[in-house]
Amino acid sequence: MAIHPIVKLIAQRLALGVLLLLAVSVLIFMGTEALPGDVAQAILGQSATPESLANLRESLGLNEPAWSRYFGWLGGVLQGDLGVALTNGQNIAEAIGKRLGNTLFLAACAAVIAVPLAILLGLLAARYNGRWPDKLISGITLATISLPEFVAGYIVMFFLAVKWRLLPSVAMVNDGMSLFERVNAILLPVIVLVLVVLAHMMRMTRAAILNVMQSAYIETAELKGLSPLTVIWRHAFPNAIAPVVNVVMLNLAYLVVGVVVVEVVFVYPGMGQFLVDHVAKRDLPVVQACGLIFAAIYIGLNIFADVVSIFTNPRLRHPK
Amino acid sequence: MKDKLDLIIDHVEQVRISRRAFLNNTAAFGAAVLGASVLPRGAFAEEPKKGGTLILGLGGGETTDTLDPGLADSPVPFAVNRQWGDTIVNVTPEGQIEPRLAESMESNADGTEWRFNIRQGVKFHDGSDMTVDDVVATFKRHSDENSKSGALGIMQGISEISADGNAVVMKMTTGNADLPYLLSDYHLVIQPKGGVDAPTAAIGTGTWKLLTAEPGVRYTFDKNPADWDTTRGHYDAVEIIVINDATARSSALQSGQVHMINRIDPKVAKLVGKTPGVQVRNVSGRGHYVFIMHCDKAPFDNKDLRMALKLAINRQEMVDKILDGFGGVGNDTPINAAYPLFTAIPQREYDPVAAAAAYKASGHDGSPIVMTVADTAFPGAVDAAALFEQSANAAGIPLKINRVPDDGYWSDVWNVNPFCASYWGGRPVQDQMWSTAYLSTADWNDTKYFNKDLDALILAARGEADATKRADLYNQIGMIVHDDGGTICPMFNDFIDAVSDKIAGYALDPNYEQMGGFASAKTWLA
Repeated sequence: MAIHPIVKLIAQRLALGVLLLLAVSVLIFMGTEALPGDVAQAILGQSATPESLANLRESLGLNEPAWSRYFGWLGGVLQGDLGVALTNGQNIAEAIGKRLGNTLFLAACAAVIAVPLAILLGLLAARYNGRWPDKLISGITLATISLPEFVAGYIVMFFLAVKWRLLPSVAMVNDGMSLFERVNAILLPVIVLVLVVLAHMMRMTRAAILNVMQSAYIETAELKGLSPLTVIWRHAFPNAIAPVVNVVMLNLAYLVVGVVVVEVVFVYPGMGQFLVDHVAKRDLPVVQACGLIFAAIYIGLNIFADVVSIFTNPRLRHPK
Repeated sequence: MKDKLDLIIDHVEQVRISRRAFLNNTAAFGAAVLGASVLPRGAFAEEPKKGGTLILGLGGGETTDTLDPGLADSPVPFAVNRQWGDTIVNVTPEGQIEPRLAESMESNADGTEWRFNIRQGVKFHDGSDMTVDDVVATFKRHSDENSKSGALGIMQGISEISADGNAVVMKMTTGNADLPYLLSDYHLVIQPKGGVDAPTAAIGTGTWKLLTAEPGVRYTFDKNPADWDTTRGHYDAVEIIVINDATARSSALQSGQVHMINRIDPKVAKLVGKTPGVQVRNVSGRGHYVFIMHCDKAPFDNKDLRMALKLAINRQEMVDKILDGFGGVGNDTPINAAYPLFTAIPQREYDPVAAAAAYKASGHDGSPIVMTVADTAFPGAVDAAALFEQSANAAGIPLKINRVPDDGYWSDVWNVNPFCASYWGGRPVQDQMWSTAYLSTADWNDTKYFNKDLDALILAARGEADATKRADLYNQIGMIVHDDGGTICPMFNDFIDAVSDKIAGYALDPNYEQMGGFASAKTWLA
């Protein structure tokens, strides 16, 4: 029985993804090895003495060669064991699990608002192309994306938290909080993230739809008397989905892996700060695990975007 | 040491008061008057109220932090240890020794043998009795040569630790009149069985019991109902939120989410102090910023060149511009008036003419003198280095700045590079500061200064029981380092906290930020 080309394609993409992950793990390992200093020096910092350094290196197993540490780590990961952090002996899987949950929660909340809003604004901007609604939407979203995240963060913090005291400036979440309390706690970072990712998706939606609007079948749809919004929604948008999905996935990936600045500003216990702290301390197993997860999310979302664009394109769906 | 006149706590009640005007006043009125006036008005007249939760927003914590008190080396782990643990003695804001888990102490005449009588009836959080064996085991853990403890260095002068009845007996290799000060070190938290089996259990005798610990994020504590010291701990619970971003930290205080924050950037301290409901509290401590030269490496092995650089820095300008007035000028020694037995030595001023002359006398070939600096060396280090470069170049000294990343600075630059920027947190007593960083044999002799006369003076002062003679020895030590050493000390930095008006009982403590770490034990909700 012949395998459907799409199944084959997805299988190929997944296999490639796994290979990429392996390559990423080697790169991260080499990168962290190349950084100056090691975990023992990083832990002891200015208070290091030659004796305490030697003691710490010995107990952390840093005297073994790099390749042996890498393969030891890889063997553990293949069995689902991420190991323990060198710096504080915490179980990595446990520590990351919590952080990753927080990061995904923040990303999901931002995405639930940002994606529909961006697409809607994109549709509106395309509908009123060149007129004031288009200019207003583009102007505002381009302004918010041009603002560095931390500035946007400080601005909303100043007004909403310090001045009017509507929302908490510290987005601290913990196990004892209800869903409502959690959402309330993270509203400020969500606002900032929405502002940051909105423009990219909105502009792409607008551009893709305007591109399709030049086609002959759009003219046909207009000539048979459909309203402009119906034309866009029924005929133009389905044909513009592929590029939009790609941009949406890129932004979703960014919401998961690229928000360390927002996390720091709002003291949100997510993955970004976790990774930065461990890079600073040269805590290889943790850096490896975080890198692997980030890479997996990035690769996974991109594979998903590829597959969606194949499904929306009949020419790719039914190859000759 | 007991003389209250020796105590200077710089205190600016209102941040709007110019610090220099304040210092001038203190000079006019004398230190004794100051000693009385620095007590926060009415703070001690009030009766502490019980209850509520104190929330601290602290910078200086990371997700990699551990609960092992021996490995604490930044503000948040320090604060966490202070909540759940006790040391056998504390240093009071006045610089005196306060007995804690040790009830009393005595030494022989030359300070080579010390007895600490351990308080009875104190219970650990797990309900077990705190005994003299726990204390002995704790000290042994931190003094073991395989130990990773940050207190290993200060424990090295102790040759024997043993229990005798209810007392811990310590024998010293050389006499040390300051041993109790060394044992107040924040790493030396007494743990059950010394914490050998479970160093990170966070079980101690402190006023707060650790409930949850998320390193780099949040710590929560409950009141220890069986606290042996009933005069402290007025809240029901304490929470520490780690906020490393300075702006986020002050916003959290201004928006009322936390009650107290540490490490205000001096550049914004005056602005923060203008927020209603918030007070900035700064205290001059023993911490100082330094530019350090390795005295054993060219060109810094030349005494005239070292002197040229010392004369080519404008200390007052640094205090004004880098610290925005929240600090005091340095004098090329690590000791200032916050130390007991301090004798003032003439202030070295910026003198481009003398600097140029010294530079000429050094016979230096005129090639660039490179100083390596990163912002992690101390807040504003890069700016301070740029000011130094300007003032040195004005004196004809070819000082050049090499800016490097923060990452790896403490392992690859500090103690390696012959000329770089750094900081010292200061120590409670002079002996500890000199022994840690200026003795030839010290691990952290970061100026690579090897001077047998200085070593002999430091050891002589350590065993000297007579306070006048000791002060004189310390003065000689200070003069040697001031004139010949490799330390350029432009400024002593203040500890700058900010406190909400909802908190009462906050008093200044020059030992460390957050009232020396005891803010949660000594304050209450107004």
